[in-house]
Amino acid sequence: MTAPFLSIQNLGVTFTGGTRPVRAVNDVSLDVAEGEAVALIGESGSGKSVTMRAVMRLNPENRSKLEGKIMVGGRDVMGLNTRALSAFRGAEAAMIFQEPLLALDPVYTLGDQIVETIRRHEPISKEAARARALDLFDRVRIPSAKSRLDNYPHEMSGGMRQRAMIALALSCRPKLLLADEPTTALDATVQIQVLLLLRELQRDLGLSIIFVTHDIGAAVEVADRIAVMYAGQIVEQATARDLIRTPRHPYTLGLLKSRAHDAMVKGSKLDAIPGAPPDLANLPEGCPFAPRCFLADAGCRTGSIGIAQISEGHQARCRRLDQTALRDAG
Amino acid sequence: MSTENAILTVRNLRKYFPIKGGILGKTIKNVHAVDGVDLEVFQGETLGVVGESGCGKSTTARLLMQLIEPDEGALYFEGKLVGSPELPLKAFRRQVQMVFQDSYSSLNPRLTIEDNIAFGARVHGTPAREALSRTHDLLTRVGLDPARFAGRYPHELSGGQRQRVNIARALALRPKIIILDEAVSALDKSVEAQVLNLLADLKAEFGLTYVFISHDLNVVRFVSDRVMVMYLGKVAEIGDAEALYATPLHPYSGALLSSMPSMDPDNRTMEPALTGDPPNPIDPPTGCRFHTRCSVVGAVCSQKEPTLTQRAAKHLVACHAHDPASGYVALKAKEAAE
Repeated sequence: MTAPFLSIQNLGVTFTGGTRPVRAVNDVSLDVAEGEAVALIGESGSGKSVTMRAVMRLNPENRSKLEGKIMVGGRDVMGLNTRALSAFRGAEAAMIFQEPLLALDPVYTLGDQIVETIRRHEPISKEAARARALDLFDRVRIPSAKSRLDNYPHEMSGGMRQRAMIALALSCRPKLLLADEPTTALDATVQIQVLLLLRELQRDLGLSIIFVTHDIGAAVEVADRIAVMYAGQIVEQATARDLIRTPRHPYTLGLLKSRAHDAMVKGSKLDAIPGAPPDLANLPEGCPFAPRCFLADAGCRTGSIGIAQISEGHQARCRRLDQTALRDAG
Repeated sequence: MSTENAILTVRNLRKYFPIKGGILGKTIKNVHAVDGVDLEVFQGETLGVVGESGCGKSTTARLLMQLIEPDEGALYFEGKLVGSPELPLKAFRRQVQMVFQDSYSSLNPRLTIEDNIAFGARVHGTPAREALSRTHDLLTRVGLDPARFAGRYPHELSGGQRQRVNIARALALRPKIIILDEAVSALDKSVEAQVLNLLADLKAEFGLTYVFISHDLNVVRFVSDRVMVMYLGKVAEIGDAEALYATPLHPYSGALLSSMPSMDPDNRTMEPALTGDPPNPIDPPTGCRFHTRCSVVGAVCSQKEPTLTQRAAKHLVACHAHDPASGYVALKAKEAAE
């Protein structure tokens, strides 16, 4: 295996702005190979967006404490100075967000925003940049691209705005695309179009993608590998196939079982996980999932839980994995 | 099943929202939010409502509650016209309650949980003491210990707990129908399952009828007896949940269902069922509103509006392709011949 394009090692993010420090991300390690799409799934507050923002160094510097190491294309992101950071953002790694209306500038046309971005990074003429913007709009399949370049964000529909934001993110040919819930606000028939577009871009441009979502279905559509986050930690990661077919962490098991799906018998009960996610400012000792876990014993409530390797590329942060293996067989 | 008893009947419900403009502030355009909806909700069932944003699901819900006044149309509750002397609005509202998506903004932040729940009952004339004791029963029933939660304020609760409070409040007047407008959509998956189970228990215990609005097609299939599919202010199709999911008759329902992400990594979706976004409800397409995106569109579709007609057992659809009298089939045959 070649060196991963993105490598996050033992990342920790603590927000220190409030009355009590909030440990949003705790010892997260994740590798993304060149041209690979990895989905980060988890509930709100599980630390998926904070992890992504850490890669772009978007978390407020004076109110957050970063630990660990983030390498993108062999460069240490944590060590970049302000100037190097602005060259890195956009050209090496670009990010798209859930709500394009908030992420795009409302007072400039999309064409202008894309041209400005390209010219900020590369010494090319306005005309050349505009020609590239047009190509990008075609690339993300915006109909009548030429006239759409002169649109303001509010003149577009939700799906088209999301495509335009993807075009903007791709304008400086980044190798890493960070997508933070890009389809959550979209309607079902539009969501699937954007998911397929992301997959196509990954294939055609050799993009590495991190795709944050709370929807397992969307993750399966896009990702080669899936990492499940809970209370600031990656609790399980594996190929999409292994994670769906043979989940091993009790949280992943619970999440998959609590979903309403086609095979459900009408009137039956959903297999809900009891309780609620913990408060990040007041994490329980030991495994953060232990208070809700059907397998937790006294050992789960002390110390820190290590990561166990299950098979090639499949790992989980749990000390009762022997029990979940039994469940699979049974 | 007792489903043949319509508890709520809606006839030709219409609501346009005006868009003002120009110097004189005249109405220049209308958002066709709900445009001629006919609907029956049967006693004891769960009616799922699905559709994309702007299709009129939430406006329909608000019209059913009479939270906004319809431009046209009539609402009958147990055979009585709502708003008539026989059934004044206030008496009707006691029978129909609603739970909204945003659990925080639908509670009064300055009232404690118990006051929030008891408020409605007191407005409707329940003595304070009785309202309070009923509140404590309800809190227990939705899984919140009254000793711990009754005196707290909404901001002190998690999203899932707040939604339980909203459900308790909806139950406080002992209604017959509860309208759930994306009531579980804002919750995390693991909490969503808990609340769905709670809703199922409460329905059985209190003999409730649900109108369940959601964009999550999996959840709707799981909870609903019948499902209504809406598109741009119109009912496209309505039928038995399992039948509709197995064999959708309207091309839009089919497209919507095949847009659901597959859960099988070896069998991912290859082609999107539809391209483009739904049209703007300000200027809906003529004829059948779906004809601009429809894969089986015929010549008649842009000219004539299809009516919602029964095509199979308890299965109604508004589509010319299923209407032998529409001329669709004849035209298609002619097109094929040419």
